[in-house]
Amino acid sequence: MSRPPFRASEPVDFLIVGSGAAGGVLANELATAGFSVVVLEQGPWLREKDFTHDEFDVGFRSALTNDPARQPNTYRRSSSDAVQVRKVVEYGRLVGGGSVHFTANYWRFHETDFRERSRWGDVPGATLADWPISYAELEPYYTKAEYEIGVSGLDGSNPFEPPRSRPYPLPPMRVKSSGVLFERAARRLGLHPYPAPVAILSRPYRGRGACTLCGFCEKFGCEVRAKSSTLATVIPAALKTGRCEIRPNSYARKIQVDRRGRAGGVVYFDARRREVFQRAKAVVVCANGAETPRLLLMSKSNLFPDGLANSSGLVGKNFMVDSWVFVSGLFEHPLNEFKGIQVTRVVQDYYDSDPRRGCYGGAGIDCRFDWYPISFALSGLPPDAPAWGSGFKEAIAHYYTRTMALLAHCTCLPVESNSVSLDPAHKDAWGLPALRVTFDSHPDDVINMRFMKDRMVEMLDVAGARKTWALPIGDLLPSAHLMGTCRMGDDAKRSVINRDHRAHDVPNLFLVDGSSLVTSGRQQPTATIQALAYRAAERITRLAKSGSL
Amino acid sequence: MNGGDDINRRTLLLRSLSAAPMALSPALLEALQHAHTAAASDTPPRLEFFDAPTAAEIEAIAAEVIPSGATPGAREAGVIWFIDRALAGFDRHKRELYRRGLGEAQAAARRLFPGSTSIAALSGEQRIRLLQSIEQGEFFAAVRVHTITAFLAGPRWGGNRGQAGWKLIGHQDAGQFQPPFGYYDREADIE
Repeated sequence: MSRPPFRASEPVDFLIVGSGAAGGVLANELATAGFSVVVLEQGPWLREKDFTHDEFDVGFRSALTNDPARQPNTYRRSSSDAVQVRKVVEYGRLVGGGSVHFTANYWRFHETDFRERSRWGDVPGATLADWPISYAELEPYYTKAEYEIGVSGLDGSNPFEPPRSRPYPLPPMRVKSSGVLFERAARRLGLHPYPAPVAILSRPYRGRGACTLCGFCEKFGCEVRAKSSTLATVIPAALKTGRCEIRPNSYARKIQVDRRGRAGGVVYFDARRREVFQRAKAVVVCANGAETPRLLLMSKSNLFPDGLANSSGLVGKNFMVDSWVFVSGLFEHPLNEFKGIQVTRVVQDYYDSDPRRGCYGGAGIDCRFDWYPISFALSGLPPDAPAWGSGFKEAIAHYYTRTMALLAHCTCLPVESNSVSLDPAHKDAWGLPALRVTFDSHPDDVINMRFMKDRMVEMLDVAGARKTWALPIGDLLPSAHLMGTCRMGDDAKRSVINRDHRAHDVPNLFLVDGSSLVTSGRQQPTATIQALAYRAAERITRLAKSGSL
Repeated sequence: MNGGDDINRRTLLLRSLSAAPMALSPALLEALQHAHTAAASDTPPRLEFFDAPTAAEIEAIAAEVIPSGATPGAREAGVIWFIDRALAGFDRHKRELYRRGLGEAQAAARRLFPGSTSIAALSGEQRIRLLQSIEQGEFFAAVRVHTITAFLAGPRWGGNRGQAGWKLIGHQDAGQFQPPFGYYDREADIE
């Protein structure tokens, strides 16, 4: 068998589009299983020494994420509205993808997330559906993900957690002041706080060192490899097999199909914007819940005039985003929340739906501080604080060290008209159609978010906050959780991929990422995406080895 | 693709700094390098975009957004150098807003305070009254965001000299911390 670097003209066994949470896992699993693998990543290949704590560069200049100047998004609330150009989605645009810059909350979905439709019935205006697989079916792969990448947490500490076959591989991270205050208040309210499970190393693990508590997890790349990104974990392992090639700065623009309707490879722009056609025996798209449907919709052909794998018409539909509510509290003494990881305590008491709340929906709530100096001064102060002058200066000096926040991660109902599609007018810097998002929260989501806001204000009050204030509810975009746009299902008319992640319409095309999700869980989709990736890798391997691709 | 830290840093910056033009100009590259080296050196940097009187006007406004006092404000933190470099490079699309906005602010100053010659020459009280009259406008909003950003961005961007902004708010970028971090986790059990 040939070895990397592979030639574009020679078909590799698997061509993977995207090197993030799912793509990195699949690259390692498929290469380890003996297949030749090329991974196309639109962003650069940065190493740990390239990562900085430069908030301006990372937070305001898109150093690690999609750049709205070169890749504009358009947004409209409904299909009858005109679009506005604005950033709507945010994803990691580098080798390792979103797993590099995520906060590292690592929550399993619960049993209920896979059968919400059966439990709660039809929700008018939504397309709530059961998954074709159950939690029990996915459980071994959650465990595998936790052990392969390294996750810290405390077994048995969350009474609402679904059954697990093994404890976390690493003990929980050390609590910070926000966690102490939150835990105290939650207990007083009869709730069940527990140490946040995070993909961050509390102890050395498999050749990587423990977290140094520098404070720069969310948005940043970890320069000491303590955050368990695919860049730090499975991608190096994939390279070690000698069968995997990571190709950075490679921006996929079309999946090619042959006359029989099979995927033959991918056309992409290389770093110098030359078009390259990489041939492959099978294609796995892990480009995230926004870019995966966009790539399929851009892959129109005579055989697939509405976009590839889109006979259901559902590619890009049922777009679910991060539905969040953010409430801050000011305390008497310094918390110095800029130190340590972002999140140390969680409650899932409100995870399940409760009809008495007057809506479908639930949430997990964590305590955190995910501001940095600039973002805090621009957006973190209470609305009645002075915006400039000596009062402003006093406010930032007083609030920065004394503020913490609670964040509710809420259900986002799938709604068919919420979608990712191709903008007919706006183009990106490569001349490709801009990503257009149509989105409006389902009314139940809004009721649910309001309920969670009240719960969080209550907790902060009980915790002793001197003052509480909330960011506006429902102003959700840009979203970093991109889900549901190529949903999994048994019925080819009502879903895009089957339970093997195989496109119903194309036998050698697989889609594995946030787009596969049928429901949103209570956000924090990375653990589920990686569990799905491990499960998909096993099933794809079996299909390939039995000659069934 | 990795030829050393400087090259990587530049590559990283260039990827991210593509506000209006798709092609990245040599001028932008220079501005970036300048921002980096100027912040690192002791010699006063040279203005790249503003002339000195305009810089004084903008600095006078920035110094009301974050005033000097017992602790350094925008002026001592060198915010003007960040703004100058922003308009020379990555925020060049805001030049017209600054040009027009400053002209209108100066006209407003002359109306409010007949006989005044510049915003910088107003008394502090007068300047605050002037800024209150324009605080809802786009120009003041841009100067405000630039000032706050400059004050709290990494010093290599030109502002936040001596980490004046970080010291004010109590932020540290130490690379590692030991618990306890704050007041409330002093007696926390170590898991």
